[in-house]
Amino acid sequence: MVSTTHFLVLGAVLFIIGVIGVIVRRNMITMFMCIELMLNAVNLTLLAFARSFDQVDGQIFVFFVMTVAAAEAAIGLALIVLLFRRTGQVDIDKADTMKW
Amino acid sequence: MEQLVFYLFGSVAVVAALLVVLQKNAVYSALALIVCFASIAVLFFQLDAFFIGAIQIIVYAGAIMVLFLFVVMLVDPESETFSANRHGHLVFLALPLSALLGLVLLWVISSYGESETSPVRTVESSKGTVDFLAQTLFSDYLLPFEVTSILILVAVLGAMVLTKRTD
Repeated sequence: MVSTTHFLVLGAVLFIIGVIGVIVRRNMITMFMCIELMLNAVNLTLLAFARSFDQVDGQIFVFFVMTVAAAEAAIGLALIVLLFRRTGQVDIDKADTMKW
Repeated sequence: MEQLVFYLFGSVAVVAALLVVLQKNAVYSALALIVCFASIAVLFFQLDAFFIGAIQIIVYAGAIMVLFLFVVMLVDPESETFSANRHGHLVFLALPLSALLGLVLLWVISSYGESETSPVRTVESSKGTVDFLAQTLFSDYLLPFEVTSILILVAVLGAMVLTKRTD
């Protein structure tokens, strides 16, 4: 039986990889994928604790996180398409119209 | 055996996650992310979350990633601007920040590990089955569930309104 700590460390590693991706990459789609990766790392942590405490609430939380992630993906990708239609690229550094 | 499955699919997930970050082409990033989600789904099964693992594959690796691939194909995947000389400072920003975050997380995890050695398992676990999950979801969490349906409705409307052509 794999201990909870193993899953927690794996979740932390995946989350940190997602954070690095969001900071380093400038392609908006790839940054968005890294955010999804971070959400999944948190899901893994929640499920590890759900098994550790032998409760089902953690799994319900993961269910809601997945639903919100689906809604977020729909809206975010619509925004990316909108940005591409307006400017012709998805580089986040070029989308600086509101930057003073 | 369980250790082997954990280390196998855990390392596959980490390598695929690294590929997501390092690939220049967004299509390859999306494909690597699908691999990552699938191996995370195996770990969900290992955590007795059978229903969550199933919808991880169906919703995440299936629906959401197909949506991602559609958008990647729709916008030009060649418009990638990952140039080390222009964004070299970002790497130097990212590495200390992520090392700091890693240290904090390690500290939290190690302080948790002292109080808990092995998970408590009373009987043969049935908590991840659809039956058990649905009973909790539709009794204790009924209101959040209904609110979530409104959220999805708003998201669908928002996506339609945003991408509608006005001309």
